[in-house]
Amino acid sequence: MNISNSISQQKLKWRIFNDRLFSIVMMSLAFISALPLLSILYQLIKKGYKQIRLNFFIEVAPDTMEAMMAKVNHEIIPGGIANGIVGTLIIVGMASLIAIPLGLICGIYLSETSKGKMAGLVRFVVDMLQGVPSIVLGVIAYIWIVKPVTSGFSALAGSVALSIMMLPSIIRSTEETLKMIPSTLKEAALSLGVPYHRTIFKVLLPTGMSGIATGIILGISRIAGETAPLMLTALGSSAINLDITQPSSAIPLLVWEFYNDPNLIDLIWGASLILLLIIFLLNLGAKAIAKKWKVQY
Amino acid sequence: MESTILNKEDEKIIQIESTILNIDELSVSYGGDKYSIDKVSAGIQKNKITAIMGPSGCGKSTLLRAINRMHELYPETHHKGSITLGGEDIYKINPIQLRRKIGMVFQRPNPFPTMSIYDNVIAAYILNGIKLKRSEKNEIVERSLREVGLWDETKDVLHKRGTFLSGGQQQRLCIARALAYKPEVILLDEPTSALDPIATAKIEDLLVKLKKNYTIILVTHNMGQAARISDYSMFMYLGELVEYGKTKKMFTTPKDERTEAYLMGKFG
Repeated sequence: MNISNSISQQKLKWRIFNDRLFSIVMMSLAFISALPLLSILYQLIKKGYKQIRLNFFIEVAPDTMEAMMAKVNHEIIPGGIANGIVGTLIIVGMASLIAIPLGLICGIYLSETSKGKMAGLVRFVVDMLQGVPSIVLGVIAYIWIVKPVTSGFSALAGSVALSIMMLPSIIRSTEETLKMIPSTLKEAALSLGVPYHRTIFKVLLPTGMSGIATGIILGISRIAGETAPLMLTALGSSAINLDITQPSSAIPLLVWEFYNDPNLIDLIWGASLILLLIIFLLNLGAKAIAKKWKVQY
Repeated sequence: MESTILNKEDEKIIQIESTILNIDELSVSYGGDKYSIDKVSAGIQKNKITAIMGPSGCGKSTLLRAINRMHELYPETHHKGSITLGGEDIYKINPIQLRRKIGMVFQRPNPFPTMSIYDNVIAAYILNGIKLKRSEKNEIVERSLREVGLWDETKDVLHKRGTFLSGGQQQRLCIARALAYKPEVILLDEPTSALDPIATAKIEDLLVKLKKNYTIILVTHNMGQAARISDYSMFMYLGELVEYGKTKKMFTTPKDERTEAYLMGKFG
């Protein structure tokens, strides 16, 4: 009895040790994976905070001469990224206008049609679309819009490229959200003599709104930072441009332009910080909506 | 096949009273040659409670859903035979029209989670895009909630969400929702199986009161429930209507030995 008791005591100590070791390892690994984000934020804030003044939001990007003069005089580089902010708002806004209705309809179709060749094909294509490199989408938008429609680089072409990028996340989140809604809710509406299309738009969509809106916002935040497709479509512009058939700037395009100009390179930090903050805010908004609009069945 | 038809004595009684729904040799299949219910014939009596009993998988829900054509939600269903409502073939009426005449209540309470109690009651009007005056809405909500005995409990919280109520209250709200359109028939698919005994008793009392104005068809797993509140009972087994007649009679002197075995609790 004594012996077995002492053995189990030893085993117990070993178990407790193992347990603690595991918690510590887990915690440190979790911390390590959070490190890159923290260090990115640290770098951007450290190097970029000086530029974030009111001017930064309302003035357009400076040209290389202005920046050089400021540098020589040891002043803060003048100007801002207003052309990029306006461009991003217009391009992303228009991309959403194209992608949201299409994505919703497609997601509804997939959730309502779980079997069938057509639905299977659509589902497969949507999955593949998720994997298409963004630069390829830029090329496609160039062929579809830049050459034949706007005969030149344009914000519209950028929106089309980005809207294709957004589609998979909207379609999938709509499909998954609608599938989670108990079928009894649909039956309840149909049993009241409500036609099918009204059942979908008045019962299922409002009930799934929280999940669908979250998917849409995450889709927007995914495309807001895209650069490659915009290089082939929106191109960039040194002035604020409200005409969607004309070339337009965008925040990520500005970051790329600043990077290529030794006189402007210091502006990278401020512009990147703003871009990151916009995406953070979108993500926080998505979380808040998911919580606030959550529906209890 | 004798057993699928009513026995003569019951037939007489049933013919004297008025038949609102007539089910004639109805077979329903969910695809292929296999029929979930097979040649069911029965006349459902107006302003009575008819209970459909039977073990799981006997086709009682299929029969119930065939009455308001909800079984057609599965694309491959087909049927033989007919059902008439007041002499009119229901398979010739548009299902949307039909379902406004035949209301339905489900196993689990399913109020619309995005709507208030008030809107849930008039959901049929809201969702069908029928515009009502405020006074009309108020009147329908109050009448329907009073009919299900929920008015006193909810009159001060009408604009809270329906899902905030207890299970039993939610189920009564769902019955009110089905009543708001003043249907002729109400179908209930095991309406108390998700509820506690007190809530169940309230629903049972309610159904007995409601039969004054409506014809009620109730699928139930619970023999006690059928005995307590129904006027007529059907016993179904393996898709066949084994016995149909006055509840009291069926429970005291069942004609078919399968009915007897089921009522004795030998299977089910």
